[in-house]
Amino acid sequence: MLEIKDLHASVEDKKILKGINLQVKAGEVHAIMGPNGSGKSTLASVIAGKEEFEVKKGSVALNGEDLEELSPEERAHQGIFLSFQYPVEIPGVTVTNFMKTAINESRKARGLEDMPANQMLKLIREKSELLEIDRKFLSRSLNEGFSGGEKKRNEIFQMAMLEPKLAILDETDSGLDIDALRIVANGVNKLRGGENAIIVITHYQRLLEYIVPDFVHVLHDGKIVKSGTKELALELEEKGYDWIKQETVV
Amino acid sequence: MAYTEEELKKELETKEYEYGFYTDIESETFPKGLSEDIVIAISQKKQEPEWMTEWRLEAFRVWKQMEEPEWANVNYEKPNFQDISYYSAPNKKPKYNSLDEVDPELLDTFKRLGISLDEQKKLAGVAVDIVMDSVSVATTFKKTLAEKGIIFCSISEAIQEHPELVKKYIGTVVPQKDNFYAALNSAVFSDGSFCYIPKGVRCPMELSTYFRINQAGTGQFERTLVIADEGSYVSYLEGCTAPSRDENQLHAAVVELIALDDAEIKYSTVQNWFPGDKNGKGGVFNFVTKRGLCEKNAKISWTQVETGSAVTWKYPSCVLKGDNSIGEFYSIAVTNNFQQADTGTKMIHLGKNTKSTIISKGISAGQSQNSYRGLVQVNSRAENARNFSQCDSLLMGNRCGAHTFPYIEAKNKSAQIEHEATTSKIGEDQIFYCNQRGIDTEKAIALIVNGFSKEVLNKLPMEFAVEAQKLLEISLEGSVG
Repeated sequence: MLEIKDLHASVEDKKILKGINLQVKAGEVHAIMGPNGSGKSTLASVIAGKEEFEVKKGSVALNGEDLEELSPEERAHQGIFLSFQYPVEIPGVTVTNFMKTAINESRKARGLEDMPANQMLKLIREKSELLEIDRKFLSRSLNEGFSGGEKKRNEIFQMAMLEPKLAILDETDSGLDIDALRIVANGVNKLRGGENAIIVITHYQRLLEYIVPDFVHVLHDGKIVKSGTKELALELEEKGYDWIKQETVV
Repeated sequence: MAYTEEELKKELETKEYEYGFYTDIESETFPKGLSEDIVIAISQKKQEPEWMTEWRLEAFRVWKQMEEPEWANVNYEKPNFQDISYYSAPNKKPKYNSLDEVDPELLDTFKRLGISLDEQKKLAGVAVDIVMDSVSVATTFKKTLAEKGIIFCSISEAIQEHPELVKKYIGTVVPQKDNFYAALNSAVFSDGSFCYIPKGVRCPMELSTYFRINQAGTGQFERTLVIADEGSYVSYLEGCTAPSRDENQLHAAVVELIALDDAEIKYSTVQNWFPGDKNGKGGVFNFVTKRGLCEKNAKISWTQVETGSAVTWKYPSCVLKGDNSIGEFYSIAVTNNFQQADTGTKMIHLGKNTKSTIISKGISAGQSQNSYRGLVQVNSRAENARNFSQCDSLLMGNRCGAHTFPYIEAKNKSAQIEHEATTSKIGEDQIFYCNQRGIDTEKAIALIVNGFSKEVLNKLPMEFAVEAQKLLEISLEGSVG
């Protein structure tokens, strides 16, 4: 589904990604771990098409189609979803209105009519129950005055609503208490299936107890330095990132 | 019909402004310039009684002594008042009973504006008194209103038919000598609307007027007078569009509202006059004096959405004369390209327990300048006066400006005055967030701007709110690169 080849990317001439290779197949869950500043969030932003990152070399393709020429919204229409590490606030725009706009814009791009109101309401009800979201929450302004946990839960609610092909969760676990973590993981696991792929970016192994990955990659200094199965995450937790750093030096 | 290249080029140039067209209706236009003779001629043209002519002349004499104000935060080339024609009227003047009688070209103009009378009759149940180039051409729903004793007509007609009401109230809220533009308007006003709601009557429909400036080089001087008698209620809508023109067009309207004891007036405006092109050329100069007077327990609420004009100078105000009276001001002012707006309100608390609310939302884009200027004045006898003001500014890009000038004068210790102000900028992060959810940049801006303006949009009557929302989107198209 997702194929990244020798990806190099910079921001303001600072090289951040230095040759990433990654293949994610439909139905798989990949975890990307690594110390601060290793390029995890940059990788997520580059896949989503954020303009301030310049791709210097290499390619990102979704289902065989090169993404380079596509705008962020076109990538979203292709089924890429990014759960933001720091979701922004949009005052005066309710969660419901935002979701309605997002869904209908994506439908428009696919040549479909707006989703009928009753269907939309049904979908909202279904997904808010899945993520144990209070209905009152949906009529609040997007992320305005939300707690850290509410923001993250709202990101996963949006993911559930949009049903993306490829979801990238950028440190979704930060700021979540154990109950919220369980609810969020439950929402993510519901999306897991033959058709979809998920990339989980995280510092800690904790989230991976709930969302069990098929593969774990360790990112260090803009490169994937180690790949393995879920056991790698445990080993990493035990030995710390210094272990990786030392290994790469050797 | 095949286009020549020249025609096509011309069409494309004017395309930016959706309503930028010019209707070729024969019209009778006075020679340029202003003098006592012109004032008298206008009055005669309208077959006005002598007291009205005198009233105009008084205003003209005062105006001659006055100077154009310069305190506003706007820069523009001052109009040459002797180079303006002060009267222009569509030629085929008689009033019509049905649409069939109306000049088909005029009807076509309305269709292009998307305000066909037919549609409005059916859809909104709105009685429309259309002011096209200063003379009312069509009035609908008059019969329904007449049954309730409501008078809704052009001010010229009111001067003929209801002189006692006009004479009693005109100039009582905005005196002839109030300010430079009000004096000019008082001398030369061509037409406008008049509305009277009798005691205890609740007007069953929204009243509305569409204004248009159509004749090149013709200033438009509208005069509106709304009187809500004791215990009555009326909601009045005013909306306007204008064709694009190279030279600057001057507009100096006066609106007077009178809410007698226990009456309520809701006055809503959507203003979309030609703002000038991308380089700041052309555009309407809008210098408006709007003021309302509240007697005991009365309430006046101004709601405005200002997206047009090259220069806007406008402060819809409330004089809270009666005890327990309430004044409200809800405003959205959008400026783009080289537009300049200096707008706000004045709340004058004279009576006891008077309350006022000011919610102002300024949106600036391009290289425009957007100023809020507001005065809250509490008189020494105004016990327990309360005011709440909130001024929010939203900036788009790095070359525009937002300014807030709140003036507070409290002469009574019991006054409670609150003022809140915020300034924010549409961030790239917000846009990217929307993009990532599949919403393109134009749509994202519309979403963010609508969210920002929601408190004010909610105050507009439903059908107007939809129109206003579209206007906001059109006005800001292409403003974030």
